[in-house]
Amino acid sequence: MTEALLVMALGAVLLGAALGYAAVRFRVEGDPLVEKIDAILPQTQCGQCGFPGCKPYAQAIAKGEAEINQCPPGGDEGIRKLADLLGREYKPLSAEHGIEKPKSVAVIDEQACIGCTLCIQACPVDAIVGAAKQMHTVVAVQCTGCELCIAPCPVDCIRMEAVAETVDSWKWKYPVIPLRQAA
Amino acid sequence: MIAKLFRFKGGIKPASHKDESADPPIASAPLPNRLVLPLRQSARAMARCLVAPGQTVLKGEIIAAAEGPMCTAVHAPTSGTVVSIEPQPIPHPSGLPAPSIVIEPDGRDRWIERVSFDHRAAGAARTREYLRDCGIVGLGGAGFPSHVKLGPGEKGIETLILNGAECEPWITCDDRLMRERPAMILEGARIMRDITGARRILVGIEDNKPQAVEAMRAAARSLGDAAIEVVAVPTRYPAGGEKQLIRVLTGIEIPYGKLGTHFGVQCFNVGSAHAIYRAVAHGEALVSRIVTLSGNMTRPGNFEVLIGTPVRDLLPLAEPRADTDRYLSGGPMMGVGLPSLDAPIVKGTNCILAGSPALFPPPPPEMPCIRCGECAKVCPAELQPFELYWFSRARIFGKTQEYSLFDCIECGCCSYVCPSRIPLVDYFRFAKGEIWAREKDKAAADLARERYEFRLAREEREKAEKAAKLAAKTAAGREKAAAAIAAVDQPAATPEEDAKKALIAAALERARAQKEQAQPANTADLTPEQQAEIAAIEAKRAEIREQAKPHLRADD
Repeated sequence: MTEALLVMALGAVLLGAALGYAAVRFRVEGDPLVEKIDAILPQTQCGQCGFPGCKPYAQAIAKGEAEINQCPPGGDEGIRKLADLLGREYKPLSAEHGIEKPKSVAVIDEQACIGCTLCIQACPVDAIVGAAKQMHTVVAVQCTGCELCIAPCPVDCIRMEAVAETVDSWKWKYPVIPLRQAA
Repeated sequence: MIAKLFRFKGGIKPASHKDESADPPIASAPLPNRLVLPLRQSARAMARCLVAPGQTVLKGEIIAAAEGPMCTAVHAPTSGTVVSIEPQPIPHPSGLPAPSIVIEPDGRDRWIERVSFDHRAAGAARTREYLRDCGIVGLGGAGFPSHVKLGPGEKGIETLILNGAECEPWITCDDRLMRERPAMILEGARIMRDITGARRILVGIEDNKPQAVEAMRAAARSLGDAAIEVVAVPTRYPAGGEKQLIRVLTGIEIPYGKLGTHFGVQCFNVGSAHAIYRAVAHGEALVSRIVTLSGNMTRPGNFEVLIGTPVRDLLPLAEPRADTDRYLSGGPMMGVGLPSLDAPIVKGTNCILAGSPALFPPPPPEMPCIRCGECAKVCPAELQPFELYWFSRARIFGKTQEYSLFDCIECGCCSYVCPSRIPLVDYFRFAKGEIWAREKDKAAADLARERYEFRLAREEREKAEKAAKLAAKTAAGREKAAAAIAAVDQPAATPEEDAKKALIAAALERARAQKEQAQPANTADLTPEQQAEIAAIEAKRAEIREQAKPHLRADD
């Protein structure tokens, strides 16, 4: 009887030690789930979800504090991906957070710009170049289309322009069969 | 001698329709009214424009320079004036315009000075640069830059393959070129051999072109070059696919992600060999190519066409029939519809095919897949098109990649045999496009994330720097104050107050010292005469003020 207890106790101690060692040795820095969610989010950093950036929103989703349907730039596809990843139910995009829009970039009307640098401070990805009392301009390839620069502009010289399709961004369409109306 | 030919799996034997256009000799197309030269060469290559509107150019003059590793130069196809540089329709299925140089010919077709190039003296690297600046790309259709293909691979190139298979129905431009200019093609191949150091040259021609095979063999005999071998390969579409031809001639199967060079083989179109010969031996840049005009036309044939000629200007040469309803660039299997007849002939255009409802009936409605497996039997890339079809249709793109979607060469064999008439290739193109777009989006998101995180880090750093600066300043002030207290040596109520008082005292002291220093220096050390003069002026000023007083208001 005692022997059996001792053997079981020894086993428990050994396994506990092994688990404790593994917990220290193979410790994962950061939350891998947050990283995975962050990889799905479009990185617009627009804050439409109610969080100050994509990473904070990812953290909130991981903690279960936010719904998965609060990201308008990610759109329907983003919600489906998040639902797949997290095993949650799919939900349509919540209307209070915005609507899905075609990808656009900010354009500064350089004639009207007074060089106040407010938009530069607002841009989350540093995609606006310029200096005080100098004309500003948007680096289009780096602009995420978050629209955060529009509100601070005192002369309303920033507008959003939808990105036009070019030969390089054109895609083959989903094959559809034209239906002819029967006579 | 090749003892044995190999087989590639799959393939089909569609009606070849070569006789329609193969008989008449190559004719020169007349000068068009204007030439359109797109700057875009591929998704990864955009040439840099070197000319301005109004500039006159000579035939063969560089008008846009190669930019980046996958780009080649663009040349003026004839002498004339640059009219504009603006978006123009290009032969692309999107129908979207792309920036192009428009040239109006002056009708005199004057060449720039042509100097032959001694590739043996220049060495391989210099010759490749020369070919890039001559605008040489693969003329088989894909338009891959030849100087890149001729580059030193990992192992070096053992076997050079000339692709004269021309497996696609209707097209005969390579056939005519091989019949009429076999010696030039083989000379071009020998130049490529000198660049790559290959040991043998294999010319693969489908056996439905006996005259071309005979002409090439005769040219090889007259060259007396034992390393050149002309091989007739069985006619089976797509024998002219690069991987398929390499397989047939050498037995080497090139896996996904590898190139011929990994196995010591490199494959070039016969037209490219011809262009390389013209560039090296005659100093002529690539400004024209042979184009087959066939299909629903009364006088089909092959024409030597200047690059940049709008398709519309070319059509009268072959007289399309009245019921023609569309035009394809390329053959019926892999060609894409021309969105506009204003699109120009580019270096990769081998054929303009006229279609009519009778000749190419519109595709019948798609029926459900019956899992017959015919598509897998004919797929030359040994894929399972029906699986790819399911996943593409359901937009499960990860799975399509697991089933090697990107091995698909879009040859169209599967769509050709499908009893349910499913446009399989359309689905595969759609899936490929979506995957590429997603990769692009992902790259953009990664860039945005990186920049956002950098910005956060920068803001954090700036805050810390500001705080550190402020702290250092306060500390310095305190030290000074402490020193002042020590100097005055007065007992203080609280050190805080004392420090403040001392700071104020120190500031006052500094201000006083500054004021003293700021005394105008030119009043010191004056001579007695100058002092007298100043005194006189001051006296006069006082007198004037005295006189002015009654006229001034009280508050002045």
